[in-house]
Amino acid sequence: MSQTRFRGTDRYVATDDLMMAVNAAVTLGRPLLVKGEPGTGKTQLAEEVALALNRPFIQWHIKSTTKAQQGLYEYDAVSRLRDSQLGDARVHDIGNYIIKGKLWEAFTHELQPVLLIDEIDKADIEFPNDLLLELDRMEFHVYETQQLVKARHRPVIIITSNNEKELPDAFLRRCFFHYIRFPDPETMERIVRVHYPDLKKRLLSEALEAFFEIRDVPGLKKRPSTSELLDWIKLLVAEDIPPEALRGDAHKLIPPLHGALLKNEQDVHLFERLLFMSRRKKD
Amino acid sequence: MMTEFFRKLRQASIPVTLTEFLTLLEALNQRVTTHSIEEFYYLARATLVKDERHYDRFDQVFGSHFQGLETRFGEVVGATVPLEWLRKLAELTLSEDDKALIEALGGWEKLMETFAQRLAEQEGRHQGGNKWVGTAGTSPFGAYGYNPEGIRIGQDTSRHRRAVKVWDRREFRNLDDTVELGTRNIKVALRRLRRFAREGAAQELDLDDTIRSTARNAGYLELKMVPERHNAVKVLLFLDVGGSMDDHVRACEELFSAARGEFKHLEYFYFHNMIYEGLWKDNRRRYTEKIETLTVLRTFGADYKLILVGDATMSPYEITYPGGSVEHFNPEAGDVWLNRLLDIYSRAIWLNPQPQNRWSYVPSIQMVRELMGDRMYPLTLEGLEQGIRTLQRAR
Ligand SMILES: Nc1ncnc2c1ncn2[C@@H]1O[C@H](COP(=O)(O)OP(=O)(O)OP(=O)(O)O)[C@@H](O)[C@H]1O
Ligand SMILES: [Mg+2]
Repeated sequence: MSQTRFRGTDRYVATDDLMMAVNAAVTLGRPLLVKGEPGTGKTQLAEEVALALNRPFIQWHIKSTTKAQQGLYEYDAVSRLRDSQLGDARVHDIGNYIIKGKLWEAFTHELQPVLLIDEIDKADIEFPNDLLLELDRMEFHVYETQQLVKARHRPVIIITSNNEKELPDAFLRRCFFHYIRFPDPETMERIVRVHYPDLKKRLLSEALEAFFEIRDVPGLKKRPSTSELLDWIKLLVAEDIPPEALRGDAHKLIPPLHGALLKNEQDVHLFERLLFMSRRKKD
Repeated sequence: MMTEFFRKLRQASIPVTLTEFLTLLEALNQRVTTHSIEEFYYLARATLVKDERHYDRFDQVFGSHFQGLETRFGEVVGATVPLEWLRKLAELTLSEDDKALIEALGGWEKLMETFAQRLAEQEGRHQGGNKWVGTAGTSPFGAYGYNPEGIRIGQDTSRHRRAVKVWDRREFRNLDDTVELGTRNIKVALRRLRRFAREGAAQELDLDDTIRSTARNAGYLELKMVPERHNAVKVLLFLDVGGSMDDHVRACEELFSAARGEFKHLEYFYFHNMIYEGLWKDNRRRYTEKIETLTVLRTFGADYKLILVGDATMSPYEITYPGGSVEHFNPEAGDVWLNRLLDIYSRAIWLNPQPQNRWSYVPSIQMVRELMGDRMYPLTLEGLEQGIRTLQRAR
């Protein structure tokens, strides 16, 4: 069982603490709740765990209107009503109108899958509580067909949250928890490397330096995250920007193509104003 | 040693429960980690802490508790879990669900017995020439094959970090915000109010559910209603500005700015130190544009919930004497006005940005708290949550 420990993949950098959290959750068959700033790789994690452990991957993306029941199944009564008016024979088997949800899919998969419940905090505050019983017992009842759906294997469940709502205590008690800290420069370097293995060393280090300096600008509405950095580097490479162009601290020079890093107009203005002021001070 | 660690975590207000402690035991039992205290730290954190705001406190407790003992890890964690202690803890921390679960597993004795048994098996199976130094083989932790000699601190981490232990780096310090309220956590708390607002709101037709139910009902119409989705909660927010409050104005304004987005019916007014006959809406024009408090009370009905924010730190005269106000001559005393408010708004709380442990040293805080019938809460996320719970309770 434990020869399949998660250690990251060749496209995903996992820190030691993240590995531990994942492996504990996998070994004990309990859900792992992952939080962290936007763009810190929460969503991608589950996919990589599936890849690394060679498991099927099932994704359930949560929206504000998602109900827990939809993860189990839905009864399409409207179609059934229509079919009955049209005299369709299917109407006699209520099973024809039961639509399986992601949890059902995960429970009945041949192989033990990884189930991602993405952005659980988007749903109604009762959503996590409504799933407790099913996640505990790993089974549920289909009322319409008097059927019991039981998990063949305990799926590995990874849940992400952006902290929009607090989650109920009873739910938290059953999970392992990991907060993805914003990557430090070294970890970030490794992350960029897995995306751009051929990137020139100089360009990478200059880009990282400029990036972390911009992140440190006080008062930014939206600090650039990993995904923005990756986009920016892609542009730098595409435009063939030389490393020298990034050199010097960001307080003296607007980095080229900074629009990829600062997406909010106010932030761009703020940044330019700061640059302007610091230049004047130095003159 | 472990039980002591657990107790310290709870003392540091990290809400660890027995369920989680047992999960940690189980994880160790299943050898999720086997060789370094750093891994043990990660495992314990992932198991016991469910909120990044508590990471820093966890680090501190972990650091002080295991200080200097990293190299003798096997001994450190090797202590049996006393049954009696677990039982006491259970009374304090277990929910009814937890208790039922334990009963279902055969009760405490059985549970502990199973643990001991599993441990013994594990011990028997453990091979590979390593011997553990240290305490009893029955220990839930010492028995997992930690090799005290072989512990490598900071393995796999980068060079310059090796010197400092992870938990000593205090990387999560800025995430701990129990002390003051930030915009982020305040929103979470205020959402609870909003959710409450839906209860008892007007009903509207749920079209989807009506169709579904009608279909289920073989085509006979079955109407389904749901509470209206809009936010019906009504809040009157009174903010203390000026004077000794200045330090806290920022926190208040954050509360206020967070609140504005959350409520359809939010009315805010400013006061200074204590409520008297006049309030104002715009802090910059407080002397020119006073509104009569009575007008406010007449305008906003008893279905409004009242939230007062202030440090209640003043001279007792300002509360009990006519003319006691520092700014003007007030014909009626502050407590008269506060009682008048509370007579109308039965659901009311006072949020106080002063640290709670100072309250008992300030007579005026005691007085206001009494007037409020004890419904004074610190301006922290926790306090806010308690306050909101009080507001939600029907009176
Ligand atoms: N540790 C990592 N290793 C490799 N790539 C990463 C890592 N962290 C983030 N990324 C990259 O950053 C981008 C954003 O990742 P992802 O969408 O998983 O973030 P998220 O935390 O789910 O964000 P959001 O909160 O916005 O949903 C992806 O392109 C991903 O490949
Ligand atoms: Mg995501």
